[in-house]
Amino acid sequence: MATLKINGATKTVDVPADTPLLWVIREHLRMTGTKFGCGKGLCGACTVHIDGVATRTCITPVDAAEGVEITTIEGLGGDHPVQKAWIAEQAPQCGYCQSGQIMTAAAFLTENPNPSDDEIVGAMTGNLCRCMAYKRIKAAVARAASDMQKG
Amino acid sequence: MTKIEKIGRTGSKSVSDVSRRGFLVGSLAVGTLTMGYGLLPAVGGLAEAKAAGNFAPNIWFTMDEAGKVVVNITKAEMGQHVGTPLSQALAEELEVPWENVSIAYVSTAPEYGLFVTGGSWSVNWTFDQMSRAGAAGRIALMEAAVKYWGVALSELQAEQGMVSHAKSGRKISYGDLVKAGATARAFSEDELKAITLKDPSKRKYVGKPMPALDIPAKTDGSATFGLDVFVDGMVYATPKVPPVRYGAKVTAVDESAAKQVPGYQGHVVINDVTGTTTGWVSVLADSYPQAIKARDALKVTYDIGPNAKVSSADIMADAEKLQSSGEGAQLFVKDGDSGAAIKGAKATHEAVYTTQLNVHAPLEPMNAVVEVKDDVYHIHTGNQFQTLAVGLVPAALELDPSQVVVHQYHLGGGFGRRLESDYILVAALTAKGAGKPVKLIYSREADTLMDFTRTITHQKLTGGGDGSKLVGLEQQVVSAWATARQAPAFLADSVDKQGKVDPFSINGSDHWYSIPNQTVRTIKSELAQSATPSGQLRSVAPGWTFWAVECFLDEMAHKMGVDPLKMRLAMLDATGKNAGSAPMSVGGASRLANVLQMAADKAGYGKKLAANTGIGIACVSAQERATPTWTACASQVHVNPKTGEFKVEKMTLVIDVGTAVNPDGVRAQVEGGALWGLSLATKEFATMENGAIQQDNFDTYTPVRMEDMPDIDVTVVSPGHYPVGAGEPGVTVVAPTIANGIFAASGARVRDLPITAAAVKAAMG
Repeated sequence: MATLKINGATKTVDVPADTPLLWVIREHLRMTGTKFGCGKGLCGACTVHIDGVATRTCITPVDAAEGVEITTIEGLGGDHPVQKAWIAEQAPQCGYCQSGQIMTAAAFLTENPNPSDDEIVGAMTGNLCRCMAYKRIKAAVARAASDMQKG
Repeated sequence: MTKIEKIGRTGSKSVSDVSRRGFLVGSLAVGTLTMGYGLLPAVGGLAEAKAAGNFAPNIWFTMDEAGKVVVNITKAEMGQHVGTPLSQALAEELEVPWENVSIAYVSTAPEYGLFVTGGSWSVNWTFDQMSRAGAAGRIALMEAAVKYWGVALSELQAEQGMVSHAKSGRKISYGDLVKAGATARAFSEDELKAITLKDPSKRKYVGKPMPALDIPAKTDGSATFGLDVFVDGMVYATPKVPPVRYGAKVTAVDESAAKQVPGYQGHVVINDVTGTTTGWVSVLADSYPQAIKARDALKVTYDIGPNAKVSSADIMADAEKLQSSGEGAQLFVKDGDSGAAIKGAKATHEAVYTTQLNVHAPLEPMNAVVEVKDDVYHIHTGNQFQTLAVGLVPAALELDPSQVVVHQYHLGGGFGRRLESDYILVAALTAKGAGKPVKLIYSREADTLMDFTRTITHQKLTGGGDGSKLVGLEQQVVSAWATARQAPAFLADSVDKQGKVDPFSINGSDHWYSIPNQTVRTIKSELAQSATPSGQLRSVAPGWTFWAVECFLDEMAHKMGVDPLKMRLAMLDATGKNAGSAPMSVGGASRLANVLQMAADKAGYGKKLAANTGIGIACVSAQERATPTWTACASQVHVNPKTGEFKVEKMTLVIDVGTAVNPDGVRAQVEGGALWGLSLATKEFATMENGAIQQDNFDTYTPVRMEDMPDIDVTVVSPGHYPVGAGEPGVTVVAPTIANGIFAASGARVRDLPITAAAVKAAMG
């Protein structure tokens, strides 16, 4: 049994303590925007925020996520500047990695609101996009940073 | 264009079955205008169709009483935003406001005909059809207004969802016409053909960068992929795969340890009579993590089969042997006498080019949900070749084809991997064995190890040149033939009718250079075929044939003392068979010369560069000679002369797609495609040892990441000819530009993909 604070709500799930958080979010709570890609923290498709920090849920056991604030793509609000920038740049292709990309970018821009190109690459390179839409993902992060600066 | 009359063993409806039917425009009693290929005679209306009991509604689009249009898309959405250009074509002629347009990905049904998405075919195959579907809808609505007002059709105009009568100043919306019960109307194929489509200068949507309709849902987590499907009472399953890629048999299963795993729900030995998989066992549990634990605890004993010792090196050695002996070679191109021409040429050259194994590794691992309801297998998944799936599943499960429906979702990457049906078959067999609904999910490792790889290829090219041109060229390609395994009906006759060729393992070698004497042969490697069942990996044969041709031309140019750009332009003279023909290849090789010159100019080809830096060029007519997309690239590459390490600094691409229905969508495909080209040329490397792929996750199989991205400059040329494909040509053109750029920078000639620093260093001598 685990109690999670997720997207502002409290949810209790009956799963073994070592169940990866990813599968609890996706299959038990049915917030399916968070994706399974590799199971080993290598691709970033499963990224959510835990207390604001971008975290790979496929290698995070559910019991480590109790008592913290979890935010998934569904909790980002839909009109977050990063999401808007993603649409403005027409960044996604297949879209499967994009929740993870967006969550990584949103956490990064909170930490570093005015990043250089190299810093964007450094922050985002851990997130694999198999469609290789990197040019637009990078442009979307830069656009979101600029939009957030303008307020 | 490759004409597909039948899909071999599937036994499903073919394109020609559908095109024989009338094209229906009608209205449902509930107030929805529908149109498309109905099961109707060429004349007759909705009432007759309903009376006949065989009216299948909701074909190419539906319109409701508010004038909202849902366009039905049979093509798989896997990142190309395919529904958007198809909707642009339809909405253009239907004349509806863009904000009223949305898309739906339909489930398999015979009236839609062939379901296949690949080959950069989608827009090319359906642009005219969707345009005419929209036009027919507009005509039907205008005819409804004729009845409503009692005026002549010629006095009416339809624009942006409204029909207007200028003389009387009357207007009525499409939605109100639907509400008023727009009458049934069937169009014969001849009538459809006779419709005059808009003059391109009047277009509102086609040629405009309309925002992709699928993108918003891909930014908020709401886009539904196969993995996101739930059905009541389902259990989870994951495959335990054998220690070799192909040919194993399960001899015994010991589940005593698995039974100790909480949530374990048993296993199903997959008896796949289609031969798509061998030696698999599905492991069932209450959750995916529990299924993985149970999989690891389950003890399976195998007869490993004939491929137990096969390695990549064995396959390459076998290919080399076939290359030398020419055993089984089939002719694909035969012009003039290449042997005599080469013998008599001033400069001659011979070189061998090879490519190693690659896996697709789409980010969404293979998965499917299968639920049996009223004896019908409902398969929920993302797939590129549903027509094949609805043929194979009945064969494997002894069902009637009418008992299988594939419900389509977003694909978390396709790249040709989801042309396969393995995951659908295994899910269906598991659901049957378990007697309950199943959600089958491959682990990343199973997905990678059991991929239908890009084949190992071995190509020998021999050429002779005089002046600034080649007078003779021979190319012989040894590879696995994916088509022979997957869809044998797609095999074509060799040019001398002596045997069969897999056109999708050799096309691209039939390029647009005017070389009077040219011979191309293709050889199937049975060892590769057996040990590494190959699939169609994004760009398929043009991904290796152009690699060889475009590197070889570069080598010949240097040998002949001619500039590689000048040599190509001299041979792209658009004469004879390379003059092209309307509508698909109008202009012929002159359009290829144009994009090549543009790419070279934009990249600064010929200008002085920094030390140890060079620009390599290439141009391609991928994917198919009948429907060429004229594509060129110039890559600037820096090489470290001490270590052989190289960096692609900039890729400049120019692509002529005839008409870019959605220029931004084309650009996105070329940007991603170019990075795919870079990835396959420099980063992605799979190997086989002891019959098994040695890489199983993204730590050992390493596609390009953002840090590897060079500058990318894409120019889309849209001269207004018939639209051709955009998904793959950008992939095919890149690898030779890198090898040619490395040569220009360092003098090192590399001929094996992927290119490694060690190979560059060794080639520097």
